[in-house]
Amino acid sequence: MQPHVLILHADGTNRDLEAARAFELAGARPEIVHLNQLRAREKSWRDYQILALPGGFSYADTLGAGRLLALDLKTYFADETREFISSGKPVIGICNGFQALVKSGILPISNLQSPISTLTFNERGHFECRWVTLVPQSHTCVWTRGLAEPIECPVAHGEGNFVLRDPALLDALRANDQSALIYARPDGSPAQNAYPFNPNGSIADIAGVCNPQGNVLGLMPHPEDHVVAYQHPRWTRGERGRMGLKLFENGVRYAAQL
Amino acid sequence: MRLHRLIVSARADRDPRAAGLLADAHALGFTRLTRIQVHDLYFVQGELSARELQRLATELISDPIAQTWRVDDELPEEARVIERALRPGVTDPVAEQIVRGARELGIDGVERASTGQRFVIQSTPPLAETELRALARSLLVNPVIHHFALGSLEPIFPQTAEASSHVEFLPVRECTDDELLALSRDRRAALDLNEMRAIQNYFREIGREPTDVEIEMIAQTWSEHCGHKTFKAKIEVGDWRLDIGSTSPISNFQPPTSNLQIDGILKTFIRAATEQIAAPWVRSAFVDNAGIIDFDDEYEISFKVETHNHPSAIEPFGGANTGTGGVIRDVLGVSAKPIAATDVLCFGPQDLDPKKLPEGVLHPRRIQSGVVAGIQDYGNKIGIPTVSGAIIYDDGYTANPLVFCGCVGIAPKDSHPRAPQPGDRVIVLGGRTGRDGLRGATFSSMTMDAQTGVVAGASVQIGDPITEKGVIEVLVRARDAKLYHAVTDCGAGGLSSAVGEMAQEIGAEVDLRNVRLKYPGLAPWEIWLSEAQERMVFVVPESNKPTLQKLCDTFDVELTDIGAFTNTQHIVVRYAGRVVLDLANDFLHDGMPRRVLSARLPQPVSTQHVTHITHHADLKATLLTLLVHPNIASKADVIRIYDHEVLGGTVVKPLTGAMDDGPSDACVLKPIGTRGTRGIVLSCGINAEYGKADPYRMAISVIDEAIRNAVAVGADPDRIALLDNFCWGDPLRPETLGSLIEAARGCYDAALHYRAPFISGKDSLNNEYLGSDGLRHAIPPTLLISAVGIIEDVNQAVTMDVKEPGNAVYLLGKSAMQNSVFSIQYSVNSQQSTVDSPVPGMPEYAPKMYRVLHRAMRAGLVRACHDLSEGGVAVAAAEMCVGGRLGMELRFDDADASALFVEANGCLLVEVRPDDCAAFESLFAELNREIRLIGTVTRDNRLVIAAGGAEKIAVAVDELVAAWNRSK
Repeated sequence: MQPHVLILHADGTNRDLEAARAFELAGARPEIVHLNQLRAREKSWRDYQILALPGGFSYADTLGAGRLLALDLKTYFADETREFISSGKPVIGICNGFQALVKSGILPISNLQSPISTLTFNERGHFECRWVTLVPQSHTCVWTRGLAEPIECPVAHGEGNFVLRDPALLDALRANDQSALIYARPDGSPAQNAYPFNPNGSIADIAGVCNPQGNVLGLMPHPEDHVVAYQHPRWTRGERGRMGLKLFENGVRYAAQL
Repeated sequence: MRLHRLIVSARADRDPRAAGLLADAHALGFTRLTRIQVHDLYFVQGELSARELQRLATELISDPIAQTWRVDDELPEEARVIERALRPGVTDPVAEQIVRGARELGIDGVERASTGQRFVIQSTPPLAETELRALARSLLVNPVIHHFALGSLEPIFPQTAEASSHVEFLPVRECTDDELLALSRDRRAALDLNEMRAIQNYFREIGREPTDVEIEMIAQTWSEHCGHKTFKAKIEVGDWRLDIGSTSPISNFQPPTSNLQIDGILKTFIRAATEQIAAPWVRSAFVDNAGIIDFDDEYEISFKVETHNHPSAIEPFGGANTGTGGVIRDVLGVSAKPIAATDVLCFGPQDLDPKKLPEGVLHPRRIQSGVVAGIQDYGNKIGIPTVSGAIIYDDGYTANPLVFCGCVGIAPKDSHPRAPQPGDRVIVLGGRTGRDGLRGATFSSMTMDAQTGVVAGASVQIGDPITEKGVIEVLVRARDAKLYHAVTDCGAGGLSSAVGEMAQEIGAEVDLRNVRLKYPGLAPWEIWLSEAQERMVFVVPESNKPTLQKLCDTFDVELTDIGAFTNTQHIVVRYAGRVVLDLANDFLHDGMPRRVLSARLPQPVSTQHVTHITHHADLKATLLTLLVHPNIASKADVIRIYDHEVLGGTVVKPLTGAMDDGPSDACVLKPIGTRGTRGIVLSCGINAEYGKADPYRMAISVIDEAIRNAVAVGADPDRIALLDNFCWGDPLRPETLGSLIEAARGCYDAALHYRAPFISGKDSLNNEYLGSDGLRHAIPPTLLISAVGIIEDVNQAVTMDVKEPGNAVYLLGKSAMQNSVFSIQYSVNSQQSTVDSPVPGMPEYAPKMYRVLHRAMRAGLVRACHDLSEGGVAVAAAEMCVGGRLGMELRFDDADASALFVEANGCLLVEVRPDDCAAFESLFAELNREIRLIGTVTRDNRLVIAAGGAEKIAVAVDELVAAWNRSK
């Protein structure tokens, strides 16, 4: 079965077309749906097998990136998202979508009242657009499981610095295999907080985290911006592969056999 | 009503925002400062319980993990506080979201909100009050948009005013000439006596006095900004002597022999070139909001570049922010989906001594950081990649920075309707109307002075990219569903201009009472003229309104019906039923008397001096000096804070090479959703130094630069279109107008030479600042040429970084270049000599050579290609080494070292595999004087250049990298 992907569009979402293309190339059937269409019940959550929260600046990132979209999720769709996630369907939040998942308390562990982590201002204090190398680590995560090769794709954000309320929580994340993707040097070794390999100062080089069940993934970088060879910054030098597309293929494959 | 005040600050000790401000403060001379902390202030008005305030603070306003919040705090003794907030009426999207978000949280007591910042300033000893005020003025506060206090600030909310229906009659029928001019001045109408007399005559004929709404609409329609009076004026040329100085041997322009008059600069030079080239792939030139060319069988692409100079000088963030938003709407105005942004910026020197700053002028450092932040904010948030541009520095831009904002759009062919019908509704979509941006059209047509910031405060606005993003979503869908008959943007002149233009052939009647306002109290003329951002006017048949309304509801876009189109050939504006404006179309659009101006052409340039490098110069030092020069060095710090990847189509990025830090000649885009392999190429050319020396050759040079940049990445030289943006001083001075004519003549000659038509352009004149010392600070005559080209197969795009050791390096183009302006003036070891013009002229061979180079690229023979520009062949080679992190060995026969740094037009460096050299050279068989094998790429990480048999430069690539990235 070709999974049907709900690509959630809020006011200010802007990487929805790229996400749709990535899912299409991965073999799924994406549909961009505005929040208001779901609120008006013109569209139903139950018709979709994958949920994607794409990048952008929902509500202009006022009051913190992803904050108001998170509030929408909690206010209008608390039951729907809980049902979607607990049924085991794959969910991915990219950049702004990741920020919304974290700030609504869905990632890294479900805690709607008091989130345990946040994504705050980059250590350098400003937005930055550059290509990074990611190493997939989690075997629990249905999106990264089995990916042997690093992924190269751009980051484009100002608030991507992953911070935990209590640094001790890091051990729990690792123990649960929730550190899904880390920033690395081009050779695949961890960035160890060295700029620009870790572009924002995230703790333990964390670029993406999943929930303990592994079906919800959030990440700051944009794997949907590396799905064709000529998107790579050094393709004229013959550099190929390490595409972000593999992440989407993984998620789609998983959804197809649910 | 209770006012709650919240202070939010970062938990982390290290606040990067604060570090940047401290560095700025030191650079501006406040060296005693030891620390600046930045806190965010939120003012919330309403009846809230303690529990509700707590929830608001932790669940909406602050991030409990990264930030702390409090109602009040104690500060150290040596600390001083400056608080600032936005003036009432300035767009404050955060405040709006607080009210909305509170309701979503179930906290209904919040009436309104406002935001600000608090700066806690520490120094020993503490700053005195006068110093604090000086610091506020020169760094932290812009009185145009902020109010501030030393210590605690009280927010000002917009007054709840009654709706205003006040309309004033402005008697003109009995006015003397002096009174007419006084009226023009009082209304800041920027109209001259002839124009005022034409207005007088019209109202004498129709037998009544005009209203303020009418005078304002005429002033806007007839403004330089909207009417392009100078470019359409008849010009008497005193001394037409084309045989002097800068005549090109292949000048195409035949000057009139008897009557020394130009029948309009636009018609004579710019449009004439386009018409004579008659390229079949040009779909719209100079008619629509943007120029349009064919992309493929399915799509067309549109391109527009605007300036937003005056607003950016006064409020850099807001000026550049709304400049970006404005040019995006130009592209929406041709029913296209915006897919890329370009930005070319001209600033004063960043290290300018603050004491030398003219009164009323912001420091160039502050202007640059504000402008860049404004572009970043709008472009990134609206989700359009900023992919191409340039930054140049010159003393002449200190008081008058230039901000060129461009936007590229894509649309299915013939999908843009242009036919309003009588009976169609006048529909406003997007933002609400406020007092922001009043008289921007006339404001940009005036010289600025120290008072401008205060008086013209209302001209400056802050953008709201998310609202415009909503408009994009609706427009694209409405276009595909064929819901409208025409559309245009609200730019300069607001509704007056948008409705006026679309009603030009038929007529329209609107009622301003229907226009949705940000706050009440606007007089009718203010509503009609407001340049509030993010608004488009659609022409919609009544029957399509419900479908459009549904679309708008989905995307949270406001739709307002303000009237209907008619067949009366009049534009009629009412306020609550009462007529406040009634003007005949033919008077409004054709009644402006054509200006007759006089020009004096520039003097012969044969006596100009240029500097040469002496034979004994330290050439390595010269090269490194050039690489760190602000006009050459890497702009990565700016490029990387723009999102150049969003939309997923950026094939050749602004920075390229082994370490992603080499400067690309141009950008290549493959728009998402298009079939096949075809792509878009974007490039530009600009040169302030040339503009000062020889405007005719400057124009030729920047056109060649834009075209050769595009060709360097793989654009088809037979499919390149050009946009012109002229930024000049006051055209009423004959010598200023003379240099403008010379530049336009250069445009004509070069466009025909390269067969590259102009498809759009914009002039920004009066770029002058009248200092309080009475001196005029004019900018260098500046012409930006933006090029848009087509590449057949993006997989064949070429980047500038050298690829493999052992490859051959060719120099294409004539290197018999006798002179240079730019490169040498920054080096120390130079001497002067005299030449006929310091600016390089038209490379006769270039069009042919570019076509051959393109064939070589199509055949896959070119591994890297980079154009020679500022700093000549040495800098170009150095940049290629930086890009590829490889060395090069180059040999020149000529012992004259200055040739290494000389700028010429029509020159490029090309890297070719040894196996491909024969094929490459045979393509150039007929151009054998324009191709020279000058060396090889080496594994050894050094750039070595020999001339006349002697080694002149040997420098490690690491040193080049450090200089270029200014990371020494």
